[in-house]
Amino acid sequence: MARTELEYAPAPESRSIVDIRASYGLFVGGEFVDGHGSSFKTVNPATEEVLAEVAEADEHDVDLAVKAARRAYDRVWSRMPGAERAKYLFRIARIIAERSRELAVLESIDNGKPIREARDVDVPIVAAHFFYYAGWADKLKHSGYGETPLGVAAQVIPWNFPLMMLAWKVAPALACGNTVVLKPAETTPLTALLFAEICQQAELPPGVVNIVTGAGSTGQALVGHPDVDKVAFTGSTEVGKAIARTVAGTDKRLTLELGGKAANIVFDDAPLDQAVEGVVNGIFFNQGHVCCAGSRLLVQESVAEEVLHRLKRRMATLRVGDPLDKNTDVGAINSPEQLARIRELSAAGEAEGAERWTAPCLLPDTGWWFAPTLFTDVTQAHRIAREEIFGPVLSVLTFRTPAEAVVKANNTPYGLSAGIWSDKGSRILQVASQLRAGVVWANTFNQFDPTSPFGGYKESGQGREGGRHGLEAYLR
Amino acid sequence: MLTGMAVDAVEHAPETTAAPLDVARSDASLRRFLHGLPGVDQVGAEARAAALGTRSIKTTAKATALDLAISMVDLTTLEGADTVGKVRALGAKAVHPDPSDPTCPRVAAVCVYPDMVATAKAAVGASGVKVASVATAFPSGRAALDVKLADTRDAVEAGADEIDMVIDRGAFLSGHYLAVYEEIVAVREACGPAHLKVILETGELATYDNVRRASWLAMLAGGHFIKTSTGKVQPAATLPVTMVMLEAVRDYREATGVQIGVKPAGGIRSAKDAVKHLVVVNEVAGPDWLDPDWFRFGASTLLNDLLMQRIKLTTGRYSGPDYVTVD
Repeated sequence: MARTELEYAPAPESRSIVDIRASYGLFVGGEFVDGHGSSFKTVNPATEEVLAEVAEADEHDVDLAVKAARRAYDRVWSRMPGAERAKYLFRIARIIAERSRELAVLESIDNGKPIREARDVDVPIVAAHFFYYAGWADKLKHSGYGETPLGVAAQVIPWNFPLMMLAWKVAPALACGNTVVLKPAETTPLTALLFAEICQQAELPPGVVNIVTGAGSTGQALVGHPDVDKVAFTGSTEVGKAIARTVAGTDKRLTLELGGKAANIVFDDAPLDQAVEGVVNGIFFNQGHVCCAGSRLLVQESVAEEVLHRLKRRMATLRVGDPLDKNTDVGAINSPEQLARIRELSAAGEAEGAERWTAPCLLPDTGWWFAPTLFTDVTQAHRIAREEIFGPVLSVLTFRTPAEAVVKANNTPYGLSAGIWSDKGSRILQVASQLRAGVVWANTFNQFDPTSPFGGYKESGQGREGGRHGLEAYLR
Repeated sequence: MLTGMAVDAVEHAPETTAAPLDVARSDASLRRFLHGLPGVDQVGAEARAAALGTRSIKTTAKATALDLAISMVDLTTLEGADTVGKVRALGAKAVHPDPSDPTCPRVAAVCVYPDMVATAKAAVGASGVKVASVATAFPSGRAALDVKLADTRDAVEAGADEIDMVIDRGAFLSGHYLAVYEEIVAVREACGPAHLKVILETGELATYDNVRRASWLAMLAGGHFIKTSTGKVQPAATLPVTMVMLEAVRDYREATGVQIGVKPAGGIRSAKDAVKHLVVVNEVAGPDWLDPDWFRFGASTLLNDLLMQRIKLTTGRYSGPDYVTVD
């Protein structure tokens, strides 16, 4: 009998649930308003199709948004009992859950991430975050951080998890009684603007949430605005440092969630099939556009050959392509600029003598794509072992002893996350206590939960988001 | 440990029953080997199986998968109330699952108790449908070895093409791996030309580590197939258990060059479940296993759901249970 090939037929999620307008204004004081600046286009990275024209907020627009936030803070939100604020947050959480398919499809179109991921990871976590912090709103006196809000929070978020980062910022801020002005990334503004509609639908008092779209200069105007009490930023370490300089000398409170170069440490007694799965999830989840991605695999030499063999075999089954296809595992790279950076660093890896292996897969002709790639023979000195690539590129290093693994894992300016794979509980605890990383996962990776604090050491940032600890950033 | 060996030719387990990896000298050596296999992390394994379960198999892929699944069914009746009439009906259905559609493939085998083998054999005739018989004091396996061997020989003499044996779970759980091993070797000898499927009864093994170890033990002892369950114990076949067994046969082929089949049995009732299993076969073991020679479903009610889904796909209409035959 001839061998049967089970070729998966295309299984595209329908776009019809989403209504993308031709142009979008800014969301200020509970209404969509035209900006005073120019506009920019947001593009589907899988097709290069222009999705919409979006207003670029200038200093004047930012000022109006901060004023609206201040007004809402003074007159409504800071005076409202926590139990009443909770009702709005619960309502928002329920609407997100109800409109989850719409949000997931739009996130996939604007960002390039697979619909499976937007549907099964991003949007459920977003709803869970609002549900979780809604529960805190009337219990702040038990938080340990007081119950006084800060005022107006300026929040700048990245393009890799547009809606999830919005939730991580907006939900705790609102629960604590702050009002916000949020700037989504210029390549992924659409789900934030849909969230603005959800705020309207939830009848959130005008000005509690304001959304200003734009690029770097909009963000600068926002974090530099004198009437902002709090700045929260997630993004690159370079921009994070610039923001810290802007904020220095003011009494603005600051939290930063920046880059990472996480080590995923596989010991020789690890459950290998699951370790391989975790390594794949650690670096190829969301095309590697993850600040806590496990971009360095540290594997014990005694199992290195076997792990690599299994890893390559597994990588060969990753399905790269149309993000809206329900069977796609790896989607499109978010922007040509990011693609250029991934290509540049990968070329540097080859030039510096590392061995490159790319998963066999056909990439679409249009759009921005990068095939899952791993480098072996990587040393700590190589750029691909030190710099954040923020793409589907894994650097494989080896170690011989647990002590060596810890030294290599910590030998980076970053310290956001780490993974340990071992069947031996005592080793996991011992190694975890020595790793200088904000999150250490054991026998898993890239798990997020609203109850669990997240944040970095060293150049990966300051402050924590999520859990009870996440309240500290929005209370005094 | 197990990689690096090129797979030149893939064949069924060799005619000798000697283990390709010489680890079965004693309980101690078997224990060292089986406990040296990489562990299975329960949370991770279940997450992976669940993720594969979200694959969306539509249109042409679904048509391929449904026909493949039908061709992999071991149509089973293992009841105290089985009669000659029921087994004949089952045989007829196995040969022509959908009498109204000649393009519908036949199933792989009918699976019956030893005393029904002759009846089943006559019912399927020369259609190519195999007759499988459970043996070795199925389902508990609680009998003396000579009784189990006699049970097996009876079934083979009556014409069984395949024997589904049960392992001694008590011996396995108490660490007497050599006893389990030697019993499988003995049954394999008693099988003569018939193929041997080794039922692990994973519902009684409780952990995925045990499932992996029992899989290796059965393969080392010469089983042609490893099978999840008797169908008499809950839980029977689950997607993660089947996945762990598929990882075992994949790794065993890399280590020895010998390909072993996998048969989940019990609990797979819907076409959707069957297609999920095929996705796991495809992505974990690889397309080499997408063949009735290497993958089977032990089931009774599954076939009707596969047929109803097939009719829906070809006609565009849902028919309903009155349009497929009962038992």
